[in-house]
Amino acid sequence: MSTLKYQSQAVAKPYFIAAIGLFVGQIIFGLILGLQYVWGDFLFPEIPFNVARMVHTNLLIVWLLFGFFGAAYYMVPEESQRELHSPKLAMVLFWVFLIAGALTVVGYLAVPYATLAKITGNDLLPTMGREFLEQPTITKVGIVVVALGFLYNIAMTILPGRKTVVNVVLLTGLVGLAVLFLFSFYNPINLVKDKFYWWWVVHLWVEGVWELILGAILAYVLIKTTGIDREVVDKWLYLIVAMAFITGIIGTGHHYYWIGTPEYWQLFGSVFSALEPIPFFMMTLLAFGAVGKRKRDHPNKATVLWAMGTGVMAFLGAGVWGFLHTLSPVNFYTHGTQITAAHGHMAFYGAYAMIVITIISYAMPYLRGQGNAASWKQQYVEMWSFWLMTISMVFITLFLTGAGILQTWLQRFDDGLPFMVVQDKIAIFYWMREVAGVVFFLGLILYIVSFFVKGEKNEKGIA
Amino acid sequence: MSEVFSKSMARNIYFGGSMFFVFLFLGLTWHTNKELPKTDNRQAITEEVALGKKVWEENNCVGCHSLLGEGAYFAPELGNVYKRFGNSKEAIKAFMKSRPVEGIPGRRSMPQFNLTEEELDAIAEFLKYSSEIDAAGWPPNIQG
Repeated sequence: MSTLKYQSQAVAKPYFIAAIGLFVGQIIFGLILGLQYVWGDFLFPEIPFNVARMVHTNLLIVWLLFGFFGAAYYMVPEESQRELHSPKLAMVLFWVFLIAGALTVVGYLAVPYATLAKITGNDLLPTMGREFLEQPTITKVGIVVVALGFLYNIAMTILPGRKTVVNVVLLTGLVGLAVLFLFSFYNPINLVKDKFYWWWVVHLWVEGVWELILGAILAYVLIKTTGIDREVVDKWLYLIVAMAFITGIIGTGHHYYWIGTPEYWQLFGSVFSALEPIPFFMMTLLAFGAVGKRKRDHPNKATVLWAMGTGVMAFLGAGVWGFLHTLSPVNFYTHGTQITAAHGHMAFYGAYAMIVITIISYAMPYLRGQGNAASWKQQYVEMWSFWLMTISMVFITLFLTGAGILQTWLQRFDDGLPFMVVQDKIAIFYWMREVAGVVFFLGLILYIVSFFVKGEKNEKGIA
Repeated sequence: MSEVFSKSMARNIYFGGSMFFVFLFLGLTWHTNKELPKTDNRQAITEEVALGKKVWEENNCVGCHSLLGEGAYFAPELGNVYKRFGNSKEAIKAFMKSRPVEGIPGRRSMPQFNLTEEELDAIAEFLKYSSEIDAAGWPPNIQG
């Protein structure tokens, strides 16, 4: 029994399930990596660190993309007030993306990376072997095809339908995502140029267009769960994404300090990236303001918790932890240390993992025919998983920050100690991080369990 | 927000502000590209360096190491490894050749990649080229 407004929204469900499944894979490999930090030859030489790391980061990107696609397929019909242009295309692309992703991960694990490069024809158009863009060129082509098909489907739904600000911002973000990914095919021999444009994918995704997708999903969920006026949310959303671009585009400069680019980037990068916390802070204000002045009590409390959590954790992880090391005189000492890892973990979880879980939390009861919310029992377990994952991520971040501060102090000041000597001295922080990681994994298991908890159907509904 | 601040004003800030900064960024990109020959050590790029970069990429070196501070943080920075190894390509090659296939019990160890002599020369030459990029004085000391 479906409780969907538009039947084609149902295609979101497999996307969300795939996202959660890949999330589990990501965390398992995260635990392997964390262990390899303190138990150097764990799984060596079968799964060396670089392979596990590729799987960890690539699965993250892919599950977030599954989440974004699913979110769009769920939100766009409702926002446009019409069925999705082609649910069939959405399902075809789902399988193409899932199989291509699975084959790529199998490739990483089954053969040495150099062999994978050879059999996938990296010689023809070398794009492999760069951080986060390790996928074989053929996989990258697949990603482009899937993204274009997806955009076509979404645009053909939005353009003839009702054009809301949520839709406009979401579509701009998704187009930006697809267009900027094309820079992954540009890999000049000149290392400085290679790095310069590599950031057009990486930075302009996570500190640019992805913020639009994040903002649009957050605005949508807040409208639905708090009953806040669209007029008010629309203004906020425009201003949030305006600030994201105003600060984040030139903010790319904080990656251009030490890679052989002109030194004026130290000034531009420092000033603009120091302002990058603003859009995240505005998201926090919006989320708390909307919930504080809510016009209805939506029975899905878990979703509201995730939405507020996204605001706070995105601000802390992306905003505060980004600011910590973004000024060039600070970054001179912290660049490429565990400080970066600390920031990366909390920012990705707080901004992007949590917004995907927010929309899944909101949409799943409708997709599963549970009405507008899951049972209280089910939500109770889900909220426990929220606290377990979120608090353990705070600790992961704190331990990595501790490791990073010590590393910076011991390795980067005066003559400095050699890298591996320092790594041994800070091992205790890596152990504590691993323990926090295990708790995170338990939280994730509990999150999955929450979908299978039986309980009295939620009575208090608005349908 | 009050009525004074309308939705269309917010929209104009979004579109106007974004366009302005996109063009500013493109302008700075153009200027950066013009300035790069002064710092990016392009005169050192040879066929051998190109092969070295390919070996670097196709063995996913960046999955453990950082290069000019970017990459993974599991193994030492390599942007200045040529200098750290006493400006010696031979030392880099010798290190890579001597990695034990089964690793070192309990310790992190670089895999044995079984590179050919030509590939070893190329990767060393690539790391020499990298170390001579003018990276504004980074890293702070020889430890990377």
